[in-house]
Amino acid sequence: MALARPGSIRRYYDINGWLFVGPALALICLFLVYPIFWSLWMSFHSGRGALVKFVGFGNIQRLMGDAVFIQALTNTITFFVVQVPIMILLALMLASILNSPKLVGRDLFRTAIFLPCVTSLIAYSALFKGMFTDDGIINSALHALHIISSPIPWRADPFWAKVLIIIAITWRWTGYNMIFYLAAMQNIDRSIYEAARIDGISAWGRFFHITIPMLKPVILFTSVISTIGTLQLFDEVINITEGGPSNATLTLSLYIYYLTFKFMPNLGYAATVSYVIVILVALLAFLQFYAARERDQ
Amino acid sequence: MSDRLKATIVTIATYGFVGVMSFISVFPFLWMILNTTNTSIDIMQGRLSMGSALSANIRNFFAATNVPLIFWNSTKIAILSTVLTLAVSSLAGYGFEMFRSRMRERVFQAILLTLMIPFAALMIPLFVIMGRAGLIDTHIAVVLPTIGSAFIIFYFRQSTKAFPSELRDAAKVDGLKEWQIFLFIYVPVMRSTYAAAFIIVFMTAWNNYLWPLIVLQSNETKTIPLLIYSQASAYYPDFGVVMVGVVLATLPTLIVFFLMQRQFVQGMLGSVK
Repeated sequence: MALARPGSIRRYYDINGWLFVGPALALICLFLVYPIFWSLWMSFHSGRGALVKFVGFGNIQRLMGDAVFIQALTNTITFFVVQVPIMILLALMLASILNSPKLVGRDLFRTAIFLPCVTSLIAYSALFKGMFTDDGIINSALHALHIISSPIPWRADPFWAKVLIIIAITWRWTGYNMIFYLAAMQNIDRSIYEAARIDGISAWGRFFHITIPMLKPVILFTSVISTIGTLQLFDEVINITEGGPSNATLTLSLYIYYLTFKFMPNLGYAATVSYVIVILVALLAFLQFYAARERDQ
Repeated sequence: MSDRLKATIVTIATYGFVGVMSFISVFPFLWMILNTTNTSIDIMQGRLSMGSALSANIRNFFAATNVPLIFWNSTKIAILSTVLTLAVSSLAGYGFEMFRSRMRERVFQAILLTLMIPFAALMIPLFVIMGRAGLIDTHIAVVLPTIGSAFIIFYFRQSTKAFPSELRDAAKVDGLKEWQIFLFIYVPVMRSTYAAAFIIVFMTAWNNYLWPLIVLQSNETKTIPLLIYSQASAYYPDFGVVMVGVVLATLPTLIVFFLMQRQFVQGMLGSVK
């Protein structure tokens, strides 16, 4: 090395760089980059196997007239528009309470609220399916508390099925979001709160005028992550409601799965539906990117 | 006096709120453990006491399918996936940080872009690729797409920024080759990063559902999530049996969580560090 000319040092440096990143790069190209372009190409085709033919924008036309697709899209959007704000507000409230050093037993509370994140999506879905049966523990408890007089048809009614899915996702992910807020709160100087308290600002006032503005970047980040996650909702709906009743909880991911593996397989059309998710996710990611850039400037 | 009264009410409301939320978070765990002892009918009727069906449920759970084989499949896939992902992705994270060039910076940014590709858009082409390669219904097909993980590469690159470069310089003076520096110096120094990444990758692989559902088709190759799915989605699911499966599937991750809480949380926060 010591005697090498500058050019060969650069080459040595470069070769080693590519050697280290090479294996990962090859795998990503093969299993991520190639498939996503193949999907794009496929979305302009129809049929299967040797019968694949070019249909141009035919699949997009079909999309517009597909009532099931429109319903899946509406359901998916309903899920994140309703669920994400509820969950984030809950997580923020919990984080700001659990951040207080004066709270007795806060480690215990933190662990308890984080615990749902440990379960696999499939396991907790099966659990919720069992808890929300017509005469199950939830209806019995609500009845005993005189909140309801007749059992709620959780899985048979289109409205309650949606509510059930929203309850389930909120249970699973609130603690996860809370962890992000707790971590971000470590960077807020506690003396700001003390000063506000001395000025007579209430706990709610401190929450809305200090905590939320200070955490704005993290809140945005978690909102985008959660929305992207909800856009891809699959495990819960296939297990708890199977997309029913009458497609009331059908999501885009589940529809793609049904299109590919359950109905008459049409890979081109399924690929077109999957690109709807790609576009929605990309839009959200760019929103996050620009908001983050604005913050840095 | 009214200030103190207000303070007391706020305190009670605060504890009430976190108390109720903690109860809601923990209750399903207790409920699932309790109900391994109940019959399916008792569970569907919301019974909240110990039953005597535990041994019957366990027996039925193990009778239905080759459960040890399914556990072995899940373990094999999770370990293989984790070891390969950590190896390949930490090499890349180290490489991107240590050997910077304009070209590799662009490649790195492109890799970050792939983070937002939803799996729904990949499952059809991946299924076709695996079909052409003759890998449908094999565990290799489950593991392969997970190894080059953009998220883990990013995580290692971020952590490598804290790796002391004097160590690298000293090793170079001692005549170590680049791969030796990585293997004998970088890996041992970064073990807590590896621990956090291990937990995340292992959990993801252990719980992975959609991709195995598509690519694994016979009973002999199935994993635990697929077993739970097939039991819980039966027309008349035996919830007692389902509870045994759910407890067994949750137990490993629960144990890891309680043993390594700090690394667990650190791993989850990795992306915003």
